[in-house]
Amino acid sequence: MSERTERGEGREGMPGQHRVSTEQHTPLWEVFVRARRGLSHTHVGSLHAPDAELALRNARDVYTRRQEGVSIWVVPAAAITASSPDEKDAFFDPAADKVYRHPTFYEVPEGAGHL
Amino acid sequence: MSADLFDFVLGLGDDALIAAQRLGEWTSRAPEMEEDIALANIALDQLGAARLLLTYAGELEGAGRDEDALAYLRGDREFRNCLLVELPNGDFAVTMAKLFFLSAYQLPLYDALAGCGDERLAAIGAKARKESAYHLDHSSLWVRRLGDGTEESHRRMQEAVDQVWPYTHELFAADPAAPVDPAGLRAGFEATVEPVLTEATLTRPGDGFTPGGGRQGLHTEHLSFLLAEMQVLHRAHPGARW
Repeated sequence: MSERTERGEGREGMPGQHRVSTEQHTPLWEVFVRARRGLSHTHVGSLHAPDAELALRNARDVYTRRQEGVSIWVVPAAAITASSPDEKDAFFDPAADKVYRHPTFYEVPEGAGHL
Repeated sequence: MSADLFDFVLGLGDDALIAAQRLGEWTSRAPEMEEDIALANIALDQLGAARLLLTYAGELEGAGRDEDALAYLRGDREFRNCLLVELPNGDFAVTMAKLFFLSAYQLPLYDALAGCGDERLAAIGAKARKESAYHLDHSSLWVRRLGDGTEESHRRMQEAVDQVWPYTHELFAADPAAPVDPAGLRAGFEATVEPVLTEATLTRPGDGFTPGGGRQGLHTEHLSFLLAEMQVLHRAHPGARW
């Protein structure tokens, strides 16, 4: 996957020219889309593009079919820090077994209708 | 008036149809997967506009020819597209130069049509101009990128612009009887094109060579080959339904 192959012998020019890796020239971008009536941006997928401007245009073609009124975010995949699956227990378990962290023991006072 | 209007609408429909056919040839051969999708998208936009325009042209003519009859059962001398769209795709730079000049012409044209008195043309223009704005955005991005890219991409982009530029003159041949006279679009075209060429560090070619004839059915040698491929099935099985 790292080296792009030149397709077909018919391509003119540049025999033997050094070919650079896809990752270097077209890094991976993660795409988030908020639909016209959607409340939040949702991760819809990823794509390769040389920069943010093209990533945005490509995302518009690939993921939104250029519908009007959608909002698109593109983020270089390298800028995203993910929680590690190995640390899953440490990250999420304590919250689940400490019930007092979840505000479920309150009686909602009458008249507070908008809680 | 109706015969003039038929010719005018047919010309625009043929521009879009032939441009779509050329862009379709790129499918699965573009430099990037994302670009492959973009080119196919633009081809589909052009084909959509072609269908609307040819259907309307068929109605104006009143001889019972629908979009398929007009697309598949005319010889090259009966096509009214500009020469620009029938030129071969060449390398990616040539394709982008063609798309850039075509969309810089189609956008103001459809814009003007959207406000014209003919209700059908106004509706088609209103739909197509949004797509043209995207085509122009996409192609000008690539013209800038390639022109201001590497030494090799600059050389190819300049060659492409030099090669294609002469064919832009035909787009603005005066047609005073038309709902929108193309001659009036020239200034807007240049105002769109020149800043992009400058930003791309490209030189605007001279205006000496001005090939034309497409609107009269006088084409380059490329069109009949394109039509042979496009029409072969319908010619072999005329009247078939699909």
